[in-house]
Amino acid sequence: MKPHNLLRRARALPPSGKIGLALVTFWIIAAIVGPFVTPYPPGSFVSEEVFAGASSRFWFGSDYLGRDVLSRLLTGARFTVGLSAIAVTLAVAAGTGLALTAAVGPRWLDELLSRAMDTLISIPSKIFALVLVAAFGSSLVLLTLIVSITYVPGNFRIARSLAVGLARLDYVEVARARGEGRLHIALVEMLPNMIRPLFADIGLRFVFIVLLLSGLSFLGLGLQPPDADLGSLVRENVSGLGEGALAILVPATAIASLTVGVNLLIDAATQGGKG
Amino acid sequence: MSAAAVSSRWRGPLRLIARRIGLALLTLLLVSMVIFTISGLLPGDAAQEVLGQTATPEQVAALRHEMGLDQPGPVRYVRWLQGMMVGDPGQSLVANKPVADIISERLPNTLTLAALSALVSLPFAFLIGIASAIARGRKLDRALNILTLSMVALPEFLVATIAVLIFAVELLWLPSIALVPQDPSFGQFVRAYAMPVMVLAVGVVAQLGRMIRAAIIAELDRPYVEMARLKGVSQNRLIVRHVLPNAVGPIVNAMALSLSYLFGGAIIVETIFSYPGLASLMVNAVTSRDMPLLQACAMIFCATYLLLVLIADTIAILANPRLRQG
Repeated sequence: MKPHNLLRRARALPPSGKIGLALVTFWIIAAIVGPFVTPYPPGSFVSEEVFAGASSRFWFGSDYLGRDVLSRLLTGARFTVGLSAIAVTLAVAAGTGLALTAAVGPRWLDELLSRAMDTLISIPSKIFALVLVAAFGSSLVLLTLIVSITYVPGNFRIARSLAVGLARLDYVEVARARGEGRLHIALVEMLPNMIRPLFADIGLRFVFIVLLLSGLSFLGLGLQPPDADLGSLVRENVSGLGEGALAILVPATAIASLTVGVNLLIDAATQGGKG
Repeated sequence: MSAAAVSSRWRGPLRLIARRIGLALLTLLLVSMVIFTISGLLPGDAAQEVLGQTATPEQVAALRHEMGLDQPGPVRYVRWLQGMMVGDPGQSLVANKPVADIISERLPNTLTLAALSALVSLPFAFLIGIASAIARGRKLDRALNILTLSMVALPEFLVATIAVLIFAVELLWLPSIALVPQDPSFGQFVRAYAMPVMVLAVGVVAQLGRMIRAAIIAELDRPYVEMARLKGVSQNRLIVRHVLPNAVGPIVNAMALSLSYLFGGAIIVETIFSYPGLASLMVNAVTSRDMPLLQACAMIFCATYLLLVLIADTIAILANPRLRQG
C-alpha cells in the first residue's frame, strides 16, 4: 500500500481509531528508541528515596530500590513490544502455514491437524503456558516460543476456515486445472487473499500475547532479572501497592495503553473495511 | 402425548448430546496426553531434581525405580491416568502430601470466587449486551463498544492495582488482601471477596457483554424479527419474547467461554490478593516444578472448561426446537 494511501486511511479513522493509532505508534517508537533516550542507566540507584513521587528529576518517580522508573519503563517497553511482535509473527506464520497445509494437503492431514489443534485449543491458554514454562523454563528464547505456541491453535482455526473457503473458489480451481503445484496454490493464489481478513486476528493475538507475557513476568515466571519487561516492573514494585506508588501504576498503565490502543485501532480499521 | 411419542421427539437431540459427550471425553483424553507428554516425559529427570546434584548414581537409580521413572513412557502415562481417574494424582514432590489433599483444600475457594464473579457479572453483561444491541450504531452502542473494547484489553493487575488504590488506600473500605476468616460473618465475607470479584468481573462483563450483543444482533437481522415488528410488537417484548429465546444457543456458549476466562484471570487475581485458590496453587507448582501437582491442577482446569462447553452445547441443543421431531 502506498504511503499517501495509508495516510488517507488514517485520516478517515473515527476518533477512537486515531487514539489507538497514536498509542500504537508511540509504543513502536518507544520500543525502538526508548533504550537510547533513558535519562539514567536503568539499573543504577539514582534516588535516595524509594517509591518517590513524580518530580522534575524523576518524571515517574523511583522504584523499590531507588531506580528511575522512566528509564526502566523505556527499557522494559522494548522487551514487551519486541518479544510480543516476534511471538505473534511466529504464531501467525506457524498457524497460517499449517492452515494452508491442511487446506491444500490430503484429507487425512487436514483431519489430523484439525483434531490436534482442537485438542490444544481446549486447554485454556494461560494454563497451557504455565505447563510449558514448568517443563522448559523461561529463557528469553523459550519464553518467546512458549507464548507463540500458545496462540498457534487459535490462529490456525481462523486461517483454516478462510483457506478452506478460498480453496473452493473458482479461481483456485482454475489454478489447479492449470496444473499448478500445491505450494504455488497455497502461497501465490491463496495466501495473498487471506492477509487482509487475518489482520484483525493478528492484532487480537498481539494483545493476548502482550497480556500473557506481562502476566507471566508479573507472576515471576516470565523474563528473568536483570532483563525486565513491563510485567516484571509491576512485579518488582508490588510492595509499593499499599502506598499507591507510581512505580507500580506507571508500568501497569503502560501495558494497558498498548493493548487498549491496539484493540481500538483494529476495531476502527475493520469497521472501516466493512463500509 | 404417549411416552413413546416423547421419546421419539427427543431422539434427535439426545443422540446429538450423546455425541457431544463422547467428543468431550475424547478431547479430554487427548488433552491429558498432551499435558502428560509436556510435563511428565519431556523435562529432565525428576529423581535427579529431587535429590540434587550431589546424589550418587545409585541413589538416583533407586529413586527412579521407586517413582516408576524407569518404566517406558506409555506405561507411566497409563498409570498416571488411572490415578487421575480414581482421584489420586500422586504425591506432591514439594509438600510431601497427597496432591488430592492439597487440591481438595483449595478447589472450593476457587469455585466460590468463580461463582461469585459469574453471579456479579451476568446482570451487567446482559444489560450492556442488550442495551448496545438495541441502540445498534447509535451513540450509546458506540460508547459501550469503546468501553468494553478497552475493558477486555486491561491487564488484571492494573485493574487490581487501581481497585486497591481506591478502596483500600484512599477510602480504607476494604482490606488489600483477601483473607477469609474461619466462619466469616456476612460483612467479613463481602469485604474479603469484594475486590477479587470486582477485578475478575471487569473482564467477564466486557467479554460476555460483547458476545451477547453480537448474538442478539445476529437475531435482529432475521426475517421473523421484521415480521414481529410489522405485527406491532413492542421493542421490549420483541427482545424478551422473540429474540432472547432464539439467541439462547450462542449466549450460553458465550457464557461458557467467559466462565473459562475466569480461571485464567484467577491466576493473576489470586496471586495479587494472596487468595488461597487453585490457580495460585498452580503458579506455586510451576515455581517449585512440582509436576504431579501441576498436572492435576492443569487437568482440573481443562476438564472444567470442557464441562462448561459441554453444558452450553447441551442447553443449546435442548433449546433448539428445530432439532425436535414430531
